[in-house]
Amino acid sequence: MGNHAISFRDVRKTYPDGTTAVDDLSLDVPEGSLTVFVGPSGCGKTTSLRMINRMVEPTSGTVEVNGQDVSSVPEARLRRSMGYVMQASGLLPHRTVLENIATVPRLLGRSKRESRERAESLLETIGLDRDLGGRYPSQLSGGQQQRVGVARALAADPPVLLMDEPFSAVDPVVRADLQRELLDLKQRLNKTIVFVTHDMDEAVLLGDRVAVFATGGRLAQYAPPEQVLRAPADQFVSDFVGRDRGFRALSFDSHEVALSGVLSRNHEGETTVLGGSEATGGWTLEVDAAGRPVGWLAPGESDGADTSAHRVGGSLYRPGGSLRSALDAALSSPSGLAVAVDDSGRVRGVLRPQDVLAAIEQARGARS
Amino acid sequence: MNLLAGTWQWLVDPANWSGAGAIPSRILEHLAYSGIVMVVAVVVAVPLGLLVGHTGRGSGAVIGVSGALRALPTLGLLTLFSLLMGLGLVPPLLALVILAVPPILTATYAGVAEVSPQVKDAAKAQGMTPLQVLTRVEMPLALPVAMGGIRNAALQVIATATVAAYINLGGLGRYLIDGLAVRDYSRMLGSVLLVAVLALAIDAVLAALQRALTSPGIRASPAGAH
Ligand SMILES: Nc1ncnc2c1ncn2[C@@H]1O[C@H](COP(=O)(O)OP(=O)(O)OP(=O)(O)O)[C@@H](O)[C@H]1O
Ligand SMILES: [Mg+2]
Repeated sequence: MGNHAISFRDVRKTYPDGTTAVDDLSLDVPEGSLTVFVGPSGCGKTTSLRMINRMVEPTSGTVEVNGQDVSSVPEARLRRSMGYVMQASGLLPHRTVLENIATVPRLLGRSKRESRERAESLLETIGLDRDLGGRYPSQLSGGQQQRVGVARALAADPPVLLMDEPFSAVDPVVRADLQRELLDLKQRLNKTIVFVTHDMDEAVLLGDRVAVFATGGRLAQYAPPEQVLRAPADQFVSDFVGRDRGFRALSFDSHEVALSGVLSRNHEGETTVLGGSEATGGWTLEVDAAGRPVGWLAPGESDGADTSAHRVGGSLYRPGGSLRSALDAALSSPSGLAVAVDDSGRVRGVLRPQDVLAAIEQARGARS
Repeated sequence: MNLLAGTWQWLVDPANWSGAGAIPSRILEHLAYSGIVMVVAVVVAVPLGLLVGHTGRGSGAVIGVSGALRALPTLGLLTLFSLLMGLGLVPPLLALVILAVPPILTATYAGVAEVSPQVKDAAKAQGMTPLQVLTRVEMPLALPVAMGGIRNAALQVIATATVAAYINLGGLGRYLIDGLAVRDYSRMLGSVLLVAVLALAIDAVLAALQRALTSPGIRASPAGAH
């Protein structure tokens, strides 16, 4: 069992009022992997997470970390060895942001100065301005507080991270940054992470494995995200992962899509056809000096030098991108054509929706 | 003679401001009694309040006993203690300690009990031991409320320390007793004014101390009660 960083063995939790929050949970989280707990509100995700650091004691069964029963480890020592991002930020109101982040290093006896320097560098990691370090939690927005909570969990560089909806209060752009940062961190530092979320896209993006909890604290499915989307274990999982699951599952397909030509016009008004011998449709793609896409001109608008007429483009399809991103690029483009770019962002050509659909069909055939 | 004019005259008379038994030495005596009483009361009441607030056990007893102690008249206690123990410093100081303990005890207890459970939970989850939760989280968050109780007690003690003069001790109460004996109402009113000014001055000092010790993070919302 040595390579299972966290194991639940027949764990049950019944609260004194009779609520069964977790019902007979057995689950292994391999070392260095990221496991996502998803499920409807009240299905026992937080309770399960808190049994790992003994903030909740199981009614029966055991939780092991690195093969050791956590109930045999002194509580304070166990908790200091795990980063814990709480569902509500849980910052200490009388301490500054930097002091909050430095909490665990200080508890572990590291010097004030070392802890502070670590806290300052973490501010950067989570994308907060250094000036915020001296503020108090009540002077931060909800999303900023949440990010400080993440930094605090990382401060002592623990091998295990427990994260309870850590990005729920931040905007999509910052969330994407933080998600990338987390994946990077996991790979670089070989952390074992348990991550709770309501957001299936987040689960699919981050999880090596996804544990879907059903109401009543039952584990309905524990599998890699692709399998959860493509082969839900039962009706509950199928309903929970939702109607978009077919579309979401495209995230795991990256089949080649045929490229088509597009008429492009650069900032000097010169036009060329990119990606093929002839242009598709009547639209003109504007590009900047480096050849990166700027926007679209509808048929008939292409004559004037006035660039204010252009329509903002959609998402871009990058090399090696999933069929989900290809389809989204087509659907979000005003011309209906997905703009394909190379690694440096220059336009390679466009993808016609019918070619994307053909590739989806081919990918399906290749799978079965 | 006009009472107010007489009071003013008594207050500004240089003769009353120098030598043994003059105003400055009476003020010092008064402060010394009050200071000893406050130190003893804080040493007794604060740890007890912290303990009860932290564990949540015995809160009913704290509230009940504090209420009962508040109902005891200090002058009656002084008389009783003097009869039991004889004259000396101990009876008045003990009577005053009993006056000071209830506000400090209840405020300390309330300050700790009001700390948001979520904040305590977070402190525990980061790996603080119960003692660390108490000293690093509950105490700093309870401080503004507890200091409120201490200031309240200090005001009462300074005002009531005049009773020491009943059993022939010093302090500003001396002027009340002696003034009453010779029907010198100006002297009595003057000493009452001095007691009031002294109480306000000490309260201002304690207020500054409270401000200095309170984290700016909780000045707007005391006790971290979000
Ligand atoms: N201290 C408690 N006492 C009694 N019942 C509790 C306690 N904590 C949680 N519960 C109950 O246990 C169940 C599971 O709660 P839990 O917090 O684990 O859910 P969750 O999956 O994290 O939900 P959410 O997605 O809303 O955060 C719920 O029915 C909840 O009401
Ligand atoms: Mg929860």
